[in-house]
Amino acid sequence: MISPASAIPDGEAVELAPGVHWVGAFDPSLRRFDLILSTANGTSYNAYAVRGSEGVVVVDTVKSEFADVFFARLETICDYSEIRAIVLNHLEPDHSGALPELLRRAPQAEVLLSTRAQSMLKAVTKADGVEYSYRPVATGDTLSLGDRTLRFISTPFLHWPDTQCTYLEELSVLFSGDVFGCHFCDQRLFNDRVGDFRYAFEYYYRHIMRPFRSHVIEALDLLEPLELALIAPAHGPVLRDGPRDYVDRYRTLAQPTLQAETCAGEKTLLIFYLSAYGNTERMAQAVYAGAEGVEGCRVSLFDLEGSEPSLFVDLIEEADGFVIGSPTINGDAVKPAWDLLSSLTLVKLRGKLGGAFGSYGWSGEAVQMLEDRLRGLKLVVPRHGPKVKLIPTEEELDECRAFGRALAEHLTGVANQARVVDFADLIRP
Amino acid sequence: MPKAEVLFEDIGVTVKVPAGTRLIEISERVGAGITYGCREGECGTCLTRIVKGQEHLARPSVLEDKVLKEQMAGPHERLACQAQVLGGTIVVRP
Repeated sequence: MISPASAIPDGEAVELAPGVHWVGAFDPSLRRFDLILSTANGTSYNAYAVRGSEGVVVVDTVKSEFADVFFARLETICDYSEIRAIVLNHLEPDHSGALPELLRRAPQAEVLLSTRAQSMLKAVTKADGVEYSYRPVATGDTLSLGDRTLRFISTPFLHWPDTQCTYLEELSVLFSGDVFGCHFCDQRLFNDRVGDFRYAFEYYYRHIMRPFRSHVIEALDLLEPLELALIAPAHGPVLRDGPRDYVDRYRTLAQPTLQAETCAGEKTLLIFYLSAYGNTERMAQAVYAGAEGVEGCRVSLFDLEGSEPSLFVDLIEEADGFVIGSPTINGDAVKPAWDLLSSLTLVKLRGKLGGAFGSYGWSGEAVQMLEDRLRGLKLVVPRHGPKVKLIPTEEELDECRAFGRALAEHLTGVANQARVVDFADLIRP
Repeated sequence: MPKAEVLFEDIGVTVKVPAGTRLIEISERVGAGITYGCREGECGTCLTRIVKGQEHLARPSVLEDKVLKEQMAGPHERLACQAQVLGGTIVVRP
């Protein structure tokens, strides 16, 4: 990568505000992050240091391979003995990679992290065989550095359970962790000087934050009231020009992708299927007919071969439940069914209703395998789906209709009438 | 074998179960709304509110207790993958 003339030389820290420095690292050659994200021009690992009248606090560190450049920058602004605390907004290794070495150099520093990060800290430092001192903090807790005050804001699941933001009150600087970040490497650092990173910002949100939309909204409720002079995220440009715009953009991105079309109280059920000889298709139509007869449930039927699975992701995000029909071929559900399920890590599925059904010629494992996967994706699978050997009879199609009806009734609450059952009579999932 | 009754508020179903059964197994079989992650008491995904009958569940293990604290769980919350029923009537809100 060609470094622009205004790039920051290695070994220099960058002052963002009085006593606040960027001490991170650039990784311009990275092309894939965490195995799943494209990074067309690399990324950055942003770490920061805040100096107050009573010591220095380091906010986050960098990936371990970049520890040397991080320490070189840090050493230009403080001595290790001055470091009172290390704030970890997020324990993922790209931010905590240099932590063990930093703790060796500054053993007196207290680690401050969210309650949920405690077990992760132990996992990150366990290879050292040393128990480091740490203190869990929550929303509203503060750390005084004399003339500077850091306030902690718990923002869990953005994008790990441990994530938090840290706010420097006197200067209105928000150290936001991965929130408002992006994988975009530009050594000019500031958002008003770097190249066009809009696609990177949106891409990052879609792949990292979108599965946690409800948590994004909860976090925005805490962050929006803050006065913001500057947002210092853990990846990508430092947002000093119009920081509020990025908060507003998150609010927009956190809205549902599709406009609501259902009536109040109406539930939505999607039925997907794949069919080689038309048998699973006939089952799908029967499931559809059964579900469609239940008032208050809007049912849709799709042949998975008719579209890229990724196009159904938006629909599933907004649906209350979905069912997949797949034949069993070579002892497995067919690939497009798995492709659809593997596309769904981008959206929140927890608590949605799921189900599976399908025809088979020999052993019929697909239905159970799909149901297991749906449970693994945190859907509720209230009914075993029907599986039919080859060509369905009218009685077997009746079973499919009953299955569809039962799922729709489960969604609409009709099925949820008080009853008592014996555990022994329930079929093992 | 002693039996317990577990009512899942979300679906209105009461299940008669043998003592020793874990809440997650019952929820899964009856189709109640408890979702899970690791099933080993570590991730906290299956955190579930016990509306009534907490005393009829086996006490949390050291591991569960630690995870409940980390999850900032309330006094009436348990991990469904760990909590075993002992008897009596238990009301659960997934």
